[in-house]
Amino acid sequence: MKKFRKIGVAAVGVLTLTALVSGCGTANTTNSTPSSSAPVPTGNAGTTGKLEIFSWWTGVASSKALKALIHVFNEKYPHVQVINEAVAGGAGSNAHAVLASRMTNNNPPGTFQVHAGNGSLYSWVQAGDLDSLNNLYQSQGWLNKYPKSLLNLITFNGNIYAVPVDMQRANVLWYNPSIFKKYNLTPPTTFSQFFQDAKVLKAHGITPLALANHGNWETTLLFSDVLLGTVGYTDYNKLLHGQMSWNSPGVVQAANTFTKMMQYTNSDASALHWQQADQLVANGQAAMNVMGDWAQGYFKTTLNLTPGKDFGWAPTPGTQGVFSVVSDVFALPSKLSASQKAVALNFLKVLGSAEGQKVFNPLKGTFSPRLDANPSDYDAYSQAAMKSYQKDQLTLCIGQGAVNPGFTTAFENAMAIFVTNHNTKQFIQSIENAAQTNPLS
Amino acid sequence: MDVQLAKTGPERRRKRLSSGKIWSMITLIPSMILLLIFVYGFIGWTGWVSTTAWNSIIPNFLSVGLKNYQIVFQTFRFQSDIRNMVVFTVLFILICLIVGLCLALLIDQRIKAESFFRSLYLFPMAISAVATGVVWSWLLNPDTGVNLILKAFGLKHVPQWFLSTRIVPGIPGGQIQIGIPIALLAVLIASVWQMSGFAMAVYLAGLRGIPDELKEAAKIDGANAWRTFWSVILPQLKATTTTIIIILTAASLKVFGLIYAMTGPGQDFVTDMPSMNMFQTTYQGDQFAQGAVISIVMLILIALFIIPYLISTLREEE
Repeated sequence: MKKFRKIGVAAVGVLTLTALVSGCGTANTTNSTPSSSAPVPTGNAGTTGKLEIFSWWTGVASSKALKALIHVFNEKYPHVQVINEAVAGGAGSNAHAVLASRMTNNNPPGTFQVHAGNGSLYSWVQAGDLDSLNNLYQSQGWLNKYPKSLLNLITFNGNIYAVPVDMQRANVLWYNPSIFKKYNLTPPTTFSQFFQDAKVLKAHGITPLALANHGNWETTLLFSDVLLGTVGYTDYNKLLHGQMSWNSPGVVQAANTFTKMMQYTNSDASALHWQQADQLVANGQAAMNVMGDWAQGYFKTTLNLTPGKDFGWAPTPGTQGVFSVVSDVFALPSKLSASQKAVALNFLKVLGSAEGQKVFNPLKGTFSPRLDANPSDYDAYSQAAMKSYQKDQLTLCIGQGAVNPGFTTAFENAMAIFVTNHNTKQFIQSIENAAQTNPLS
Repeated sequence: MDVQLAKTGPERRRKRLSSGKIWSMITLIPSMILLLIFVYGFIGWTGWVSTTAWNSIIPNFLSVGLKNYQIVFQTFRFQSDIRNMVVFTVLFILICLIVGLCLALLIDQRIKAESFFRSLYLFPMAISAVATGVVWSWLLNPDTGVNLILKAFGLKHVPQWFLSTRIVPGIPGGQIQIGIPIALLAVLIASVWQMSGFAMAVYLAGLRGIPDELKEAAKIDGANAWRTFWSVILPQLKATTTTIIIILTAASLKVFGLIYAMTGPGQDFVTDMPSMNMFQTTYQGDQFAQGAVISIVMLILIALFIIPYLISTLREEE
């Protein structure tokens, strides 16, 4: 019996670990007030030591791009030992978990990846965990190298808190050109046109809109784009900033449009990852898919398709002239020592430079957010996207760093129920509640 | 020398015993301290966090009483989690026990290549939960995998597997429908495939531990095979069964990787589990207090299984 008791005790020990998982932080928090802008190192400061770069870049293309960027950095600063701290999985959510515990333990990495916007980035700013980078921008002359509308997305209380390294777009409609040609259709620019196309396609046995929803964020991205296309740039931003009620007619209309779109999607959406949905478009089983432009890397590199010929793209219906930004930016933790900061700032200089971004972006399949980026460094899609980016109004996407993580999780939870029961009233009520418990402003 | 040693032998042994006791105490203390801090201390801390207002990245230890519990228990997602967990745990253990026992009985027939079959059934346990989840998500995707075979046999209405949002019988209760989510059955197939080999191995050890005399005595008394199994073998396997139940309960209540990889939370949260909800609430949503609530509820549920077992084994020892 003793043996069994031992097993039992061991089991209790192991099981209690589950309860610990959420207790990994510590109560030990220093309320460091956000210091004024970090001084930019001059002379020999920050040329030796270690630098931890924290990201979720573990994929083939992104890890290659990061290595190339580190190489550029090490050529300039050969005595800095770079430690690549990439955390795999969950589109950055696992990395967020690790980062959260490191930050609360006063053990921040040298610099870390986060999405531009009022999501996690703003949470860190509010927590006083980041240094302002105003001095860096001034010393590097970056203030007019990046569009003002992009800097607005990383500026809080008048201070810039991050350096953008790449640019991706969340409101892209990918389509199969040969299907559209075959049935004499054009990629829809409005929702009514979308539904007209969809009817024709469905009649011919083609899934009009391929949908993936294994992780619940994919439908959130689609809804975000439908909302943007329905209420327009101004109201969409008001919603994201808590200046407008989610219980407003525009949101209800967007929810109804979204429900209607669901009739034209594949039935196995929740079993698919986004790549699988794009594969349906690529092999002609489906005509369209709404996904961020990371899909272009999948089409081009994994499936070996030619941009413009084998796959086409357009802004999602109703979002012409608006560019929904998903930009990876890097920030400077305020709890680093002065020498660590100097090293990190030197890395940020390389990260934000034209030279660094030219090496990094083509490898990753993204493009440089700098205004002086050279289009000829990029492929056909990125050139087109860069053009829109430089003239369009910039906004953000729910679930991609636009709003605080609490609201995003609640939104995705509401979405998991909405895609099943199509109950608009209940859905709107859930988001409205979410916005109240997780204030957006 | 030898004589002297022999003389002082008993005295020395007594001394050695007491010093051994001291040593065992000394060596136990560090692990005890670590356990106290890192297990029980943090359980207490998690319990405390669950009553605070820490629902963003910034720690906030303002006490809010049981408000977080109220919020969490009212959510559709958490209510679904509890339903799913109960359904999953009960069915998982039941099926694993039955399948494991059947396999063990078959292998115990002194068959040829016994060790081959033993390894064959035990092998899935060695595969990581994530790999299992991904493979089964392909196999049970309604448009690919096993459904293609079913369709080839002329079946018109193929199962939706883990995409089904049906709940049988689906009695409305709270915000959710109470019953067995059909989607969970797909997850059950994968997890039973993985863990029934473990039940088999433990049962096999249990079967081998039954003295042959008992079986022979039953034979002499004229018991047939079924009677021998029911009245002689099965009662002898009681302790074995308890062990399997305890270990599988632990595995089942903590299930995360398999579901994360295979189905995710699922539409309408038909395959969601408290562990997944806890992870997303805490680390994606930064709702630390609410995450702590889910952890504590999980702990209490697990304790409900384990503590009665501990009490009963302690009693047996006395």
